[in-house]
Amino acid sequence: MRAQAVLAAALLLATAAAPLALPEFYVTLLNYIGLATLVTLGLVVMTGVAGIVSFGQQAFVGIAAYATAGLTTLAGLSPWAGLVASLAATAASALLLGAVTLRLSGHYLAIATIAWGVAIYYLFGNLPLLGQYSGIDNVPPVSLGGWAIDSGRESYYLIWTFTAAALVAERNLLASRLGRAIRALRFRAVMAESCGVDTASLKLLVFVHAALLAGLAGWLHAHFLRFVSPHAFGINAGIDYLFMAVIGGAAEVWGALVGASIMTILKEWLKDWLPAFSQRSGNYETVVFGVLMLLLLHRARDGLAPVLARLLPEGARQRPAQVAAPAREAPPPAGTVLLEVHGLGKRFGGLVAVRDLSFAMNAGEILGLIGPNGAGKTTVFNLVGGALAADEGEVRLKGSRIDRLPSREIARRGLRRTFQQVHLVSRMSVLDNVAIGAHLRGGRGALAAMLRAERDEERTLLSEAARALDRVGLGEHLFEPAGSLPLGSQRAVEIARALAGDPQVLLLDEPAAGLRYGEKRALAALLDRLRAEGLGILLVEHDMEFVMGLADRLVVMDFGEKLAEGLPDEVRRDPAVIEAYLGGEAGDRGQKNLKPETGS
Amino acid sequence: MSRLLEVDDLRVRYGKVHALHGVSLRVERGTIVTVIGPNGAGKTTLLGAVMGLLASSGTIRYDGADIGALPVESRVAAGLCLVPERRELFGELTVEDNLRLGAFQRVRRGERGAANELGEVYARFPRLKERRAQLAATLSGGERQMLALGRALMAKPRLLMLDEPSLGLAPRIVRDILRIIAELRETGVSILLVEQNARAALGIADRGYVLETGEVVLSGSAAELAGNPRVAESYLGLAGDRDQGTGDRAQKNPKPETRGQERVK
Amino acid sequence: MSADIVLWLVQDGITTGAIYALLALALLLVFAVTRIIFVPQGEFVSYAALSLGMLQTGQTPGTVWVLIAGGAIVAVLEGASALARREPARLARILAVYVAGPLAIAALARWGAAHALGLWAQMAIVAALVVPLGPLLYRIAYRPLADASVLVLFIVSMAAHYVLSGLGLVIFGGEGLRTNPISEARFDVGVLKIGAQSVWVAGASLVCMIALWLFFEHTLVGKALRATAINRVGARLAGIPAGLTGSIAFVLAAAIGAASGVLISPIATIYYDSGLMISLKGFVGAILGGMASYPLAALGALGVGLIESFSSFWASALKETIVFTLIIPVLLWRSLASRHPAVEDEEE
Repeated sequence: MRAQAVLAAALLLATAAAPLALPEFYVTLLNYIGLATLVTLGLVVMTGVAGIVSFGQQAFVGIAAYATAGLTTLAGLSPWAGLVASLAATAASALLLGAVTLRLSGHYLAIATIAWGVAIYYLFGNLPLLGQYSGIDNVPPVSLGGWAIDSGRESYYLIWTFTAAALVAERNLLASRLGRAIRALRFRAVMAESCGVDTASLKLLVFVHAALLAGLAGWLHAHFLRFVSPHAFGINAGIDYLFMAVIGGAAEVWGALVGASIMTILKEWLKDWLPAFSQRSGNYETVVFGVLMLLLLHRARDGLAPVLARLLPEGARQRPAQVAAPAREAPPPAGTVLLEVHGLGKRFGGLVAVRDLSFAMNAGEILGLIGPNGAGKTTVFNLVGGALAADEGEVRLKGSRIDRLPSREIARRGLRRTFQQVHLVSRMSVLDNVAIGAHLRGGRGALAAMLRAERDEERTLLSEAARALDRVGLGEHLFEPAGSLPLGSQRAVEIARALAGDPQVLLLDEPAAGLRYGEKRALAALLDRLRAEGLGILLVEHDMEFVMGLADRLVVMDFGEKLAEGLPDEVRRDPAVIEAYLGGEAGDRGQKNLKPETGS
Repeated sequence: MSRLLEVDDLRVRYGKVHALHGVSLRVERGTIVTVIGPNGAGKTTLLGAVMGLLASSGTIRYDGADIGALPVESRVAAGLCLVPERRELFGELTVEDNLRLGAFQRVRRGERGAANELGEVYARFPRLKERRAQLAATLSGGERQMLALGRALMAKPRLLMLDEPSLGLAPRIVRDILRIIAELRETGVSILLVEQNARAALGIADRGYVLETGEVVLSGSAAELAGNPRVAESYLGLAGDRDQGTGDRAQKNPKPETRGQERVK
Repeated sequence: MSADIVLWLVQDGITTGAIYALLALALLLVFAVTRIIFVPQGEFVSYAALSLGMLQTGQTPGTVWVLIAGGAIVAVLEGASALARREPARLARILAVYVAGPLAIAALARWGAAHALGLWAQMAIVAALVVPLGPLLYRIAYRPLADASVLVLFIVSMAAHYVLSGLGLVIFGGEGLRTNPISEARFDVGVLKIGAQSVWVAGASLVCMIALWLFFEHTLVGKALRATAINRVGARLAGIPAGLTGSIAFVLAAAIGAASGVLISPIATIYYDSGLMISLKGFVGAILGGMASYPLAALGALGVGLIESFSSFWASALKETIVFTLIIPVLLWRSLASRHPAVEDEEE
């Protein structure tokens, strides 16, 4: 931490002193870098972290620049009014574009942003009001209490104040409750939903906020250059911004700074250098950028930030302080019916996965759901947890129907699940992964996170996450990347994440798979304690010893239907179960050609 | 040289997590070898690595040659075929097109009579012949498994790897599939079988391996394994069931079998 | 607006729409088989149009340099992999295919530029120049990343577009070209004068579509491409090489691009950077078809042509803006009609 602070202070000092020491040309170059960093910053969070690809950020820069240029020159308003108008215009257009595309797969948005960028470019270039291709000039400078910021050096401070603030704000955002959810959007959206995250709204938020950063850059652009023209907002500008984000990489917000610097400086350098090879003028630098990008994507897909990060001193994180747990709803008394499934059915094409399934589970009970592979158990989990919509039947949680609700709503009502295939954000720390489980126990928004005004809440969430990890025996591994743990421990992280949501109903999909004997015993002890606390636990498990010793009752499924239900001992003696499970003839040890008999 | 497949010290990892650490295994010509083990032991990963779907280290020798660097299609051309747990059919193509595509490598090399197998596959699975114009997506579970098996047979495999062929099938169909697997051995096809139904698998296999947490913990002839108390207890559901299948409540709980649900990604 | 203007606009819209439809089919084909959003598709169109233009003015198309350089890069890549696999015997074939082949085509183009050949012979040379660029591009830019996600491949596409359009500027210069039409004849149909070139465009597009349909329905390779599109793992397990299907898809895409280029160049001036706009119009059509249905994509692209034609009459300055803003209602419709799960995970 010490070394990082020293480094940051040195960087700050150098940034502040730069315009005093550098010639005008370099100050202007730094101003361009600052503007590009702002736009790229939004892309790093949106594309690098959340996996939403946009080639149209230049359109948002352009909308903002034209909005402020138009209002200040035509209507004579103050640039500060222009700022408000710029941001409003960008937000509105981003909302529109995001709302129609974010529900679709990612490539639709990416194509849409290109098309949209082209449309905006031609609009700027053809509207007489906006000066067509010659643009709008004589845009007034920003003035601050009578001080007009009209030189490059003065603009430097304006631009870099905003850029530095944005860098810090984005870093804070990614280190917050919302930031954790954003980091799950790309590869683990299904998991995030199961923890109560509204991923559609969050994607829209990420998209709009990246557009706002671009809009801010557009406003600065208009008042720094003092004129706007469509050429700065062509489709290539949008591609360049995305390339900057790719160069910098997704791991760190300062990747935006790295990417923006490299591209801006390289472009300037190529402009001087390339025409020497050709008499004609034009965008020859695109060849170089394209080749560089191909090499980067082939060789270092994560960009340069992770490479550079290895050179930096590493700050150690401290275990979150223990904070009193937030108030929680009293668990229902043992024996109350928590979960009821009635006549549940689901088909996939020609396959019937689940047919007319009914069962009920009480508070303080572990209900084992067993059956041969392919019997439909995981489908039942997905139907109950809301990851799939049932074709027929109903599911009730504490008496109210949940079978038409999305999984985030079901999570809100106190049901949490784990996944058979672990769903962890593998690069994020174990603690952060588990804290996603506590998402619904906090409520502060993006702005609070950027300003670090949500630290009290954050402390509580992290403390709850650490507590959940202690319970599953991983209290020593809080800051390791989740993907580096052995599979058995990753399953335990899944359980901790579910517990961090303070559920009343827990759905566990094969929690003991891949665990060693000692780990299984510890898991059994944990589930036993949770049962004593009044949770209802629905357990799919193949390890019969584990499930028989733990479950209060069992439901046996075969071919999507309920084959038997009862106490473990009854089920074990049920001839139908023995036939389904053991393929009949269960006693013929060592006999060759044991063929499963019995029809279905 | 009678060994068709020799796997030595095979290692696979997903990121930093090791799924297989140093697995060695042999398949002799004309035999059925089964791999059993609990869920998450790495059985599907093993087949994926041998097939070339997953990057691995260690050596894989097939028919005397190191095939570790070959792409999947070259392994198929050499007669190494995998029927995966998820079947991986071409849902929007007809049954017959699915089958014909199974012979893609043979047609491409200009092999004569590549289409003759179609008749043989239809003879083995009359049900597929009835449905040959139907789209694969409309088939039932058992028919899908037959089609997956039929598609692999179209490549004229010498080593057929089957990942949980009984998955989700009715016992009667499982019986058919197992009978066909045993028949294939008679025609000279060697088989590497990963099967949830350890009892059935050991019933038709010549040899077996027990895989746990990415390592081979036991191996031997199928009869030896079926008679091994540890296997019996862990995978055959026989603990205490001395005489009949009703179970002896005084004994330890039965643990009938476990299944591989790990997915090849 | 009088009836004959309407008819004229319809005819004009169908002509360009037919070309967009061809491109939409190519884009869809490449996406289905390889999951690549193939933005540089339009560069094949501009390369073909400009190469034809250069041939007609007696110059050797600069495309030869791109072809030779691309072949050389692939020769190095393939040669290295052959040596790594200890198969030096393959080197001779690699040199023949990737070095001698492009050189031979270049020599042909040089000869063709020096002699006043007929239009059909010129078109054949253009095809020989442009079609190999497809598989070469696939090998260099995409195949090393075959397992990457759709979005990474998309970014690769933008990089490839940058390289190709930048090279286009180098080899063709900044000026646009128009080529000689296949036929200058005009037919009078009622009030309407139909240019023979329009008939050629519509007819050739139709022939291409039928040929594609026959290929996919009635050949094993065509079915292998469909199978790959339906289930990649299944296709690999059936022994269908992913590299082969990808290459074939790119050959088809480049061929369709080349055909579109020579068809469109007599009716529109093509510049080195026209490719992106042409691709995008194809994409708008393909998206209308949900990136899945070939007939819907073709119809959608035809619609784009019609809208472009009418908007250039009503508001010619805002033509592009109208066409590209169209994508928003189209996506809105798709978004509402989508049966996609609202929540999905990108493959890691």
